[in-house]
Amino acid sequence: MPIDWKDYEVKDFFDELIQTNGQPRSSSATLARYLTTLSSDEIDSLRAASELSIKEMGITFTVYTQEEGSIDRSWPFDIIPRIIPKSEWDRIELGLKQRVRALNLFIDDLYHDQKIIKNKVFPAELLANSVNFRKECIGVNPPLNIWAHICGSDLVRDADGTMYVLEDNLRVPSGVSYMLENRSVMKRVFPEMFEAMSVQPVDDYPSQLFDMLCALAPRKQVQPEVVVLTPGIYNSAYFEHAYLAQQMGCELVEGRDLTVESDDCVYMRTVDGLQRVDVIYRRIDDLFLDPDAFNPESSLGVPGLMRAWKKGKVALANAPGAGVADDKVVYAFVPEIIKYYLGEDVILPNVPTYRCMYDDEREYVLKNLDLLVVKPANESGGYGMMIGPAASKKEREKFAQLIKADPRNYIAQPTLSLSTVPTLVGDKVEPRHVDLRPFILSSSDINVTMGGLTRVALRKGSLVVNSSQGGGSKDTWIVEEDK
Amino acid sequence: MLARVAETLFWMSRYLERAENMARLINVNANLLLDIPKKTTLGWEPLIDITGTREHYLKSNENFEERSVLRYLVSDVDSPVSIVSALKSARENARTIRDVIPREAWEQINALNYYATDQLGAGLSKRGRFSYLKEIILRNQTISGLLAGTMNQDQGYLFIRMGRNLERADMTTRIIDVRTANLITNENMELRPFENIQWMSVLKSLTAYQMYRQSMQARVRRGDVLKFLFQSKKFPRSIYFCAQQLEQCVLQLPNFEEVLNQIHSLMDMVQGTDLEALDQNQLHEFIDQCQIEFNAIHNALVDNYFLSGRIYKQAPRQVQKAG
Repeated sequence: MPIDWKDYEVKDFFDELIQTNGQPRSSSATLARYLTTLSSDEIDSLRAASELSIKEMGITFTVYTQEEGSIDRSWPFDIIPRIIPKSEWDRIELGLKQRVRALNLFIDDLYHDQKIIKNKVFPAELLANSVNFRKECIGVNPPLNIWAHICGSDLVRDADGTMYVLEDNLRVPSGVSYMLENRSVMKRVFPEMFEAMSVQPVDDYPSQLFDMLCALAPRKQVQPEVVVLTPGIYNSAYFEHAYLAQQMGCELVEGRDLTVESDDCVYMRTVDGLQRVDVIYRRIDDLFLDPDAFNPESSLGVPGLMRAWKKGKVALANAPGAGVADDKVVYAFVPEIIKYYLGEDVILPNVPTYRCMYDDEREYVLKNLDLLVVKPANESGGYGMMIGPAASKKEREKFAQLIKADPRNYIAQPTLSLSTVPTLVGDKVEPRHVDLRPFILSSSDINVTMGGLTRVALRKGSLVVNSSQGGGSKDTWIVEEDK
Repeated sequence: MLARVAETLFWMSRYLERAENMARLINVNANLLLDIPKKTTLGWEPLIDITGTREHYLKSNENFEERSVLRYLVSDVDSPVSIVSALKSARENARTIRDVIPREAWEQINALNYYATDQLGAGLSKRGRFSYLKEIILRNQTISGLLAGTMNQDQGYLFIRMGRNLERADMTTRIIDVRTANLITNENMELRPFENIQWMSVLKSLTAYQMYRQSMQARVRRGDVLKFLFQSKKFPRSIYFCAQQLEQCVLQLPNFEEVLNQIHSLMDMVQGTDLEALDQNQLHEFIDQCQIEFNAIHNALVDNYFLSGRIYKQAPRQVQKAG
């Protein structure tokens, strides 16, 4: 019995499964007990089984390297799940719905009357400087007035157990396929645990996604043609694009498969000729969508696509310009945004955030760089950020210069003590830091995934969970406890 | 069906079939070498010519020893004809359209690619080679079966069938060519006693021996074997049978005239030739002619159904821009 929870050191962090006294939390007790009954050999064979499933199922992500170009790697996965009690999850779900509802109202307002700016709740200069505000979208009315149909919000838990929203991803959030695949690997590896515990299912995401997309179709009288638009096989999330298209039973298209004709409708090139497309779930960034409207060099997009969208001949999810609300500086205003549009207090709190555009907040940041995490407003995937306590003096000086040169582009947050989950290291368990990305679908109603993708920093002590930088993932179990 | 997806399915299927037939090709040569007196054969060199890549081979190899040729045909990732690179290409194509094919089929293609690479040690050893190649063939058969048994028989499947049958016809002619190439002179009296054994080995490598026996009701003779492998309307690996399959598929597609004409031209040529009368050199030339016909069919498919052809036909605006 190599796993003994008495040897597991929880230390200064909140552990999702084990309490400071070495006892499992009540929602995790069944699993924790089961794990202690396993021999080293059994643990090895469970791990081998999960690795084989992942390899054979071809669950991969693509990485770019200087030497080898683009290669697809197997997805790093740890078999010990992260567990959240259903009662706690219900509150998180409410908070996420509230947040996304307010953000959609905010985006729609920005592209129309800008009441929130006129009422001085949101500073005009922030909008003027936003790199994700698209003037091409002003006055456009997307179906149901929803812009961010798919949102992935990153949640983290601090040492005192508070769950914070770290950021919202409103452009092309990825990761949901790994959430679904992690579950199917776990069912192959741990069938007895699913019998012993009531783990809430996650499998209906693809059909909810499909229904949401169909609801956006401009032609109501026919079964809409929904497609997934991918930048292609070299994109790091290609696996996910293909996976979702397959699960929804719709075409996976590249830009060159589509054409906008003189009737402003979008068509795909098929063996039989041209075929009309109604809804595009696009996984290409705004600026590459349409060389006629944005980057003329883009070969990924479709000339005329913006024209078709503005005329309401095709629906795009997420809508172009939705990214204006996932800017990390806008993030700092979300509590005010919720209050303004919904008249409600925020349910899920933000991480305390310093906005470098304000003199006093910037002063504080520059004085405390060794304590803070500094993030550029518009980078994703953990690129271009600095983790103060881990950074060298030289790195801190570099960031001080960057902040002074472009204060609008930076925010800073205290380094949180991210919560941990027991993770297999050899045949022992050690705590590793995690975050959580649930996905929220919005059309006529709002649906939140049951849990989400738990990302784990596999390196000891590391806080970086991105798969491109040594992160892996775990299955996330929302567990209904016996009363 | 998207034109690009049709093309990708077609290539995926061609590459899978190519890997399988390369395994068969190596088996037939290995068996031949065991059956013929050493001094009368050219060893492994003819296989390189049959793949049509002699120049490429000589860039990285100095001789035609068994080890070098096998490495080139089995494991070399830089070789355009090796089993490993065909399977890698098949997997890349399948990965591009993994949303279209049944998930189990993707998993098998993915696993086959890993098998071919992981088991190379065995595959390149004299003792392990046979079972390695056999496994490659068997797993390909599994994939064909999975696709036939679990995929909608729609346009996509038609392109899979066409890719498979075109590649199969092409490779069958190459496998027959091994036999012709490996004997400098078939008039060589010394070899007469071995001739039937050699044709038997060709049949066996195509899993055709038993079916030949059942259908031709004759002992193994050159003329009958050629007739069977080129002209049989019943045997799934014969050239004529593959052409029939192509014909059936293309008739279910729009605008099939051009492709159909090319297929008929191949069928007429194969059926109208008195194969028994061809000597070894003439047979070799006839095989070359067949391969020219295969290329013409391929090109007609590209022009009429694949994305490059589609863009030209459907969006003249873009073509003008490019010009």
